[in-house]
Amino acid sequence: MTDTLSEHADPELHSGEPLIEMKDVGKTYGAIRALKGINLTVRAGEVTCVLGDNGAGKSTLIKIMAGLHPHNEGTMKVDGKEVSFSSPRESLDHGIATVYQDLAVVSLMEVWRNFFLGSELTSGRGPFATLRIADMKRIADEELRKMGVVVKDINQPIGTLSGGQRQCVAIARAVYFGARVLILDEPTAALGVKQSGVVLKYTAAARDAGLGVVFITHNPHHAYLVGNHFVILKLGQAVLDKKRADVGLDELTRQMAGGDELTELSHELQK
Amino acid sequence: MSQTTKTPPSAPAEASNRVTLGWSNRLLARPEVGALVAAIVIFVFFLIVAPAFRSPASFFTVLYQSSTIGIVAVAVGMLMIGGEFDLSAGVIVTTAGLVNAMFCYQLGINLIVGAVLSLVFCLAIGFLNGYLVVRTGIPSFLITLGTFFVLQGANLGVTKLVTGSVSTPNINQMDGYKTLDAIFASSFKVGSVTVEITVLWWFLFVALSAFILQRTRIGNWIYAVGGNADSARAVGVPVKAVKIGLFMSVSFLGWFVGMHTLYKFDTLQAGNGIGNEFLYIIAAVVGGTLLTGGYGNAIGVAIGAFIFGMTSLCIVYAGWDPNWFRAFLGVMLLLAVMVNLYVKKLSTARKVG
Repeated sequence: MTDTLSEHADPELHSGEPLIEMKDVGKTYGAIRALKGINLTVRAGEVTCVLGDNGAGKSTLIKIMAGLHPHNEGTMKVDGKEVSFSSPRESLDHGIATVYQDLAVVSLMEVWRNFFLGSELTSGRGPFATLRIADMKRIADEELRKMGVVVKDINQPIGTLSGGQRQCVAIARAVYFGARVLILDEPTAALGVKQSGVVLKYTAAARDAGLGVVFITHNPHHAYLVGNHFVILKLGQAVLDKKRADVGLDELTRQMAGGDELTELSHELQK
Repeated sequence: MSQTTKTPPSAPAEASNRVTLGWSNRLLARPEVGALVAAIVIFVFFLIVAPAFRSPASFFTVLYQSSTIGIVAVAVGMLMIGGEFDLSAGVIVTTAGLVNAMFCYQLGINLIVGAVLSLVFCLAIGFLNGYLVVRTGIPSFLITLGTFFVLQGANLGVTKLVTGSVSTPNINQMDGYKTLDAIFASSFKVGSVTVEITVLWWFLFVALSAFILQRTRIGNWIYAVGGNADSARAVGVPVKAVKIGLFMSVSFLGWFVGMHTLYKFDTLQAGNGIGNEFLYIIAAVVGGTLLTGGYGNAIGVAIGAFIFGMTSLCIVYAGWDPNWFRAFLGVMLLLAVMVNLYVKKLSTARKVG
């Protein structure tokens, strides 16, 4: 399963080296403050878990890194250089690949077309360069098999695959195209136990190959299985920011379940 | 970034889970199959009821009729695969001809200059349509409905202002007429049959569109933009540029047919073209293009245009009241939409096996 990773991971990645550094990053949409004072470092060879309830600002954080919306406070550095992305293409060009839970693929298109979408292989130059269809089919099929996904027909629309398989196609695609930072947006949210396992194994494999992984989830159990560093967001601010050595699953779970508010609530309810 | 050139290790050879779909399944998953079946049924039907249809000459007349709709439908089909509509496609054909004819006649300029000017003008309208759609996010149905009315009014208003009537003066004595007539409106004999040049242009544009859609990166992007614009954007597809390009190709082919109409009849009625936008859309839908985008192909759209051309003429060949043609079109459209829905379900349903 790690074949793809060891083959395509950037050999210049050194474990522990900071890839993305965010300092006091904030984002407002008009009068609405979605994110405030976020300090986050994504290091090579580590999984940074971002946890939070619905509306905590997780999506906004991803969108800033993925280039869907630029931030408007603080600074973000990629490889030590300050950046502000105005399109997903810019982010991809910096080696940051995002796998979205809901908008990863175009369901009516074939599996292999989805795999290569936006980075098609062509022979020749200009707008009429022909696609290398046979090569793309072969590579897509091989890469998916390495992840343990065997599709019945590489020509079938991707909408006919299961949720876990689609997620795997999207991750395999990101890694194949040489991502250095992999952002996974709730990759296990809609999956069953077995499929979540496959995705988590792949996440760990990406980490071991030296990639920086940002793992967004609201499931502390999944996060704790693979994470090196944990950040919990609440109402757009970080309420917990600890290394794996400093935090236990109990504390993560308690914080996610509501933390101090929950304690207060239980007091009230017991009266 | 780190893609090695050595050949990747071969995938596991086992194919326990792999099945090759039967030919019937693969065939049904193609967008144009419904239209092809319909075309054959209608063809045989008219061979039986319309004796005048049973000659090569009338078959080529049908092809000519199909090409005048089919050329613009090629681009309209691609635009619909890209998830957008263009209601101004019918009147822009007339606008193209009017700009060329009046500009040159009033100023006494070579017609070729006017044709180029008209092309630039049409491309600008296509660009404006596309730009407004991607910039404002307003549905293209509304934006192009707006351009449709503006052009319709301007066609009549400007023509009346310039010529004093609602038709353009005859241009067949002007410089450049022969060249343009040869390109856009000539015909030649093959044996006893007259072949209009637009039929050849139509085939060429269909082939080009099929090639772009299936074999090029841009084609891949068109399907992606229509299927799920957000996903496409997230993987780096230039969604806005693709959409603007599609609107501009509609106005390009609209210009092309406008040139044909002008050089075929040498004079134009300013009120022409209204309603044709729906014929293009019907041709695309009957040909298997999904109204919601992301699905369809060039051959299907061509078959849709052929069904249109065949029916409109064969109703006359059969000696029926031509007024029935519209009723027939409506029925075809409804059937096509239902077949499309069924095919889409079939091809996206999870096949357990």
